[in-house]
Amino acid sequence: MLAYAIRRMGYGILVVLGVLFFLFVLFFAVTSPDDVARKALGERVPDSVVEQWKINHGYDKPLFPGPGRWTDNMLVDHYRRMLTFDFGRSDADDTPIMDRITRGAGPSLTLTVPLFLLSLFTGIPLALLVAFFRETYIDRLGVVIAVLAMSVSILLYIIGAQYLIGKLLHWFPISGFDTDPRVIARFLALPILVGVLSGIGGDIRFYRTVFLEESNTDYVRTARAKGCGEARIMSVHVFRNSLIPLLTQVVVAIPFLFTGSLLLESFFGIPGLGAMTVDAIQGNDFSVLRTMVYIGSLLFVVGQVLTDLSYGLVDPRVRFE
Amino acid sequence: MESHVVSNWVVVALGLASLAAIVLVRRSRIWSDAFVQLWRRRRLALFVAGIYVGIALLDSVAWVGGADGNADAVSVHESRSVIDRLFGGNQERSYSAPFADVEFYGAQPLAHPGSHILGTDLIGRDVFYLALKGARVALLIGGLTSLLAIPLALLFGVSAGYFGGRIDTVVFFVMSTLASMPGLLLLIALIMVMGKSTFAVCVALAVTGWVGFCRIARGETLKLRELEYVSAARALGVSELQIVMRHILPNLMHLVIITFVLMFSGLVLSEAILSWLGIGVDGSWGQMIDQARNELSRDPIVWWNISAAGIALFGLILAVNFIGDALRDVLDPRTLQGNE
Repeated sequence: MLAYAIRRMGYGILVVLGVLFFLFVLFFAVTSPDDVARKALGERVPDSVVEQWKINHGYDKPLFPGPGRWTDNMLVDHYRRMLTFDFGRSDADDTPIMDRITRGAGPSLTLTVPLFLLSLFTGIPLALLVAFFRETYIDRLGVVIAVLAMSVSILLYIIGAQYLIGKLLHWFPISGFDTDPRVIARFLALPILVGVLSGIGGDIRFYRTVFLEESNTDYVRTARAKGCGEARIMSVHVFRNSLIPLLTQVVVAIPFLFTGSLLLESFFGIPGLGAMTVDAIQGNDFSVLRTMVYIGSLLFVVGQVLTDLSYGLVDPRVRFE
Repeated sequence: MESHVVSNWVVVALGLASLAAIVLVRRSRIWSDAFVQLWRRRRLALFVAGIYVGIALLDSVAWVGGADGNADAVSVHESRSVIDRLFGGNQERSYSAPFADVEFYGAQPLAHPGSHILGTDLIGRDVFYLALKGARVALLIGGLTSLLAIPLALLFGVSAGYFGGRIDTVVFFVMSTLASMPGLLLLIALIMVMGKSTFAVCVALAVTGWVGFCRIARGETLKLRELEYVSAARALGVSELQIVMRHILPNLMHLVIITFVLMFSGLVLSEAILSWLGIGVDGSWGQMIDQARNELSRDPIVWWNISAAGIALFGLILAVNFIGDALRDVLDPRTLQGNE
């Protein structure tokens, strides 16, 4: 088990280093720091100002290692900074990126965690229901509704909900945020509703496939042959054994809860990491975008390694693959 | 070469390719049976998708000249497609409601009263015409991206699965690296770095999209290479390349088709999100939705713009999703066994 754990963690570290290299190629080799400086300062500034800006942001070193500069170059700098979580200052407005991340994580999580749980607790029961009535009209209707729900762009869900529920019916505020826990629910209701609606079609279809695959197995047939009721088969045999594939799918989504939702936060005025990323995209702020991609991948890799290790713990076959 | 000439040749190439595909499908029992089944199950969806393809093709065939009398001097030298010639050219100054005779705000008389069946937008363009133009953009995004992503995924997936060893290690590492980055952010980063253009958007979508299919192709190849007929071919001295071309690739074709259709709707929906961020493709439905999103807060509201773009987008995605669903049932042997 120890050997497996070390091997799995080593691979995870390699993947993170690979991501960092990819980001370096994208944000330093393809777009040179000069381009970034010009974008931040404007096209018509003198070279001396650009040089000064590059020094302030630590972009003034040669890109790749070479004779005489094996450690003093952008590539090594990029790795060192990212791995020690020293993200520096934003290209666009010079605020420390770490501060913005710590400020944005809270609002993001207050949106994504309830959204995630609610999607789970509506998607799985509905999919179980549809799978319970498989090969009947309820099943067919459920699948058609799921496909219909999947085919609507999330932009339309957002705009439609804001117009219908926010503007016409006045049930909830159209957008906004508050840290007061008594008011926050009113602000979060609409984005969470839209998030659940836009994801539920795909969720139902995916979970239904998992449940149907499980209900075609031999032990389910045996249980049925022994006279076990259909409701008991679904809840005890099929559902519990589907938990493994379901968990894999669900655990993968958890790391990205932290990075928030670009669309929902931006449209509904929630000052989280997603909204921050959208601002960075619109302001050509490469440093923030780079950092967010890195943090997202890091969380994802950590989540994957932990999942795999827990599998290895329960299932000896995984360890010897 | 000018862009309209390229686009005309693409239409010719597409026509020849679909003829070749029809001939190939008719020759093989499995494939023609599958398409008969698909036709029986999804007649309406295929019909709707066919309309979209037809509009896109009509919008791709373009030529210079033949402008009507009231065209200005510039448009005489511009290439215009069939759709441009049929529906373009009735420009207004600002918003007008469907079938209206006067402008929506201010009630100034229109230049072409009653001719705008879906009204006009902020700068007076005919919304029906814009919605038709979006079909070509959507199919271009889906088609070009798939054309880039699927061969790439097949190449890497099959060689990783078939040869294993060091190739597999490298391909698997690249896949895990790309898959661990948040998809939408990676997409945005790529487009921002490459600069905003239709081709850049497609390349970025392909870079983020090929991993999923590569994983499927690799897994399936791993299974296929252990089968008896592959061992038999190897024992008979058939070369590795021949085995891959004869015995592996044809057995992946059904996955290629299923993936293409399932990927297509995701790509078009992603483009809508990119449009909202201001880095989408010009003339797409996503861009129309983005431009129209403040119109619902006007008073009285302007509803026709966003509805036209939204319904056009929804119709295409829905048809493609229904076709993809049925294709999976018809072509995937695993689901076939499940039904029997």
